[in-house]
Amino acid sequence: MKTSALRFWNIAKVGLLAISRNKMRSLLTMLGIIIGVACVITMVAVGTGASSSIQATINSLGSNFIMLFPGASTQGGARVFTGESRITTEDVDAIRNESPSVAYVSPSVRTSAQVVAGELNWGTSIYGVGVDWPFIRVWNVSEGDFFTDVDVRTSAKVAVLGATVAESLFPAGDAIGSSIRIKNVPFRVVGVLDRKGGNMMGQDQDDQIVAPYTTVMKQLLGQPRIGQVLISARSASQVNEAQTEIEALLRQRHRIPPGQESDFSMRSQEEIASTSAQTSRTLSILLGSAAAISLLVGGIGIMNIMLVSVTERTREIGIRLAIGAKGRHVLLQFLLEAVALSVVGGAIGVGLGLLVPNLVTRFAGMPTQVSSSSVLLAFGFAAAIGIFFGFYPARKASRLDPIDALRYE
Amino acid sequence: MGDNVIEIRDLAKVYRMGEVEVHALKGVDLAVRRGELVAIMGPSGSGKSTLMNILGCLDRPTSGTYLLDGIDVSRLDRDQRAEIRNSKIGFVFQSFNLLSRTRAIENVELPMLYSEHGLSAEERARRSRQALARVGLAGREDHYPSQLSGGQQQRVAIARALVTDPAILLADEPTGNLDSRTSEEIMGIFQELNDAGKTVVLITHEPDIAAHAKRVVYVRDGLIWRDERIVQARPQPGAPALGEPEISFPFTIAPPESPQREERESREPLEVAR
Repeated sequence: MKTSALRFWNIAKVGLLAISRNKMRSLLTMLGIIIGVACVITMVAVGTGASSSIQATINSLGSNFIMLFPGASTQGGARVFTGESRITTEDVDAIRNESPSVAYVSPSVRTSAQVVAGELNWGTSIYGVGVDWPFIRVWNVSEGDFFTDVDVRTSAKVAVLGATVAESLFPAGDAIGSSIRIKNVPFRVVGVLDRKGGNMMGQDQDDQIVAPYTTVMKQLLGQPRIGQVLISARSASQVNEAQTEIEALLRQRHRIPPGQESDFSMRSQEEIASTSAQTSRTLSILLGSAAAISLLVGGIGIMNIMLVSVTERTREIGIRLAIGAKGRHVLLQFLLEAVALSVVGGAIGVGLGLLVPNLVTRFAGMPTQVSSSSVLLAFGFAAAIGIFFGFYPARKASRLDPIDALRYE
Repeated sequence: MGDNVIEIRDLAKVYRMGEVEVHALKGVDLAVRRGELVAIMGPSGSGKSTLMNILGCLDRPTSGTYLLDGIDVSRLDRDQRAEIRNSKIGFVFQSFNLLSRTRAIENVELPMLYSEHGLSAEERARRSRQALARVGLAGREDHYPSQLSGGQQQRVAIARALVTDPAILLADEPTGNLDSRTSEEIMGIFQELNDAGKTVVLITHEPDIAAHAKRVVYVRDGLIWRDERIVQARPQPGAPALGEPEISFPFTIAPPESPQREERESREPLEVAR
């Protein structure tokens, strides 16, 4: 057995030598596999990263979180806007006052604008919310104070800045008490929020401004429509109860006859989490399979080059056969060459696959998470492709007739 | 009989080309004794190449038997023939057939890579050096074929053929790509090897080359047409073979400018001047 192991290694070396002699071509051949493997790993990393950060963000909402949307019905996870319906501030007050299972409730409206402070300006999102918002999002101010109920009732032009906005507009750290202009409306900064970091899809959650919803609606949006309502049930176990209460209350207030669909819809944190998990899983599969196809194409590239190589080296094969190489020796040589190409390509691809997600995170700001299973899968798949696509050319080589092969020019 | 390295009886080879059957060999009998230096001659289409392919175990006869070193190789399958080629036959080709991007010593080691008795790398290198030294190429082990002259490349090929200590050396037009001076050198090596006891079978259509042999077998139309033992130990190159023919037949040695030779030269690539 020692001799056959020795012989195996000798023949293996022949195949490996052929690769090292043809470096440029070998590299180009491997490129398909390199890109394929790197793609699979990166895509899965992006998918996994996105889904896990979405999950983290959603989970950070707390298990008693409920979101209320206007004018929508949920069917198969899709939200359909009817356009006609609306949730009013009176509805919000009614929920707060009449629904015993609800702890906190805050309307939420959103706009975006260029914000100016002195000579500096910064484009960001402005959220109009209620005073319950810090309790619902579990998000406190690090400096100053959150705006008050009075501010909301009087539509006071006050704002609380996210940490990123505060840094950008007030690099000296003197945000509190300063004045900023949003769409030419002057606002006084009363507080700066705690730093929260990136959220789902890598958005910087600190890049936002919160202000009383009444002020945002009047001064910035010019219309009283509420985008969504953020609600906190008293406890996780009261989420369903709260949803039932709100449903009944709003149907009554909106005068919706029994049997007709509601003109609003609700999602609990749990529902949002599971829907988004499903979405991101689909995304991951989609990205991964697109990348897997590139791996397959890489494999065809290997087969192509191996076939060329067999034709090109017909004479060499003839010489080897004439001096006593058996069909399986030649088969082994070419098969190993193909496998080595795909394995080396796969290894380079893995290296790239570990590097690229970092770059994606750094430059595109998207969260990524390289999973060891995707690395193993991509690498194993690459090796398997080498065997699969290398077999046909190798077999072709091993079946050559030595007389014809020697005569081949 | 035990002294015969090659023993062929009633060997026939038929190729099928569509509907047509081509009888390349029509019943050849040939025995080569150990230590002989035999030249096989014949014009194109005579069946000479077919005979050489069968002698080299590259091909199988349609009928008849072929004993090589006492083994009946006429019915062996592909792999068995590969093994026989590896252990019993040393090939020398007209176009050298070295692996171009492989050093001389590695070219010589090649047959041992496929040998049934796996030799260690050191042993392979040792034997290869020895074989290269025997053909006068000591010190050229690390040269690539492109760094060697045609004659030197053919010496590497001879070393490769020798390294497994085969029962026969089978040389197919070994000087066909060489100039006359280098041809003489190469033939000198074959004669030295033969003097040392190696059985050499030369396939050639150059009478100058055949003149180095102790015996010349002429093949024509798929049959052995003449089989001459040359009594004279070493005839002058270019001189007609003087041995007493077994059958008398008016036989003339073709001069170098015969059409046959010209035809060959126009077909084969000239050796690239280095």
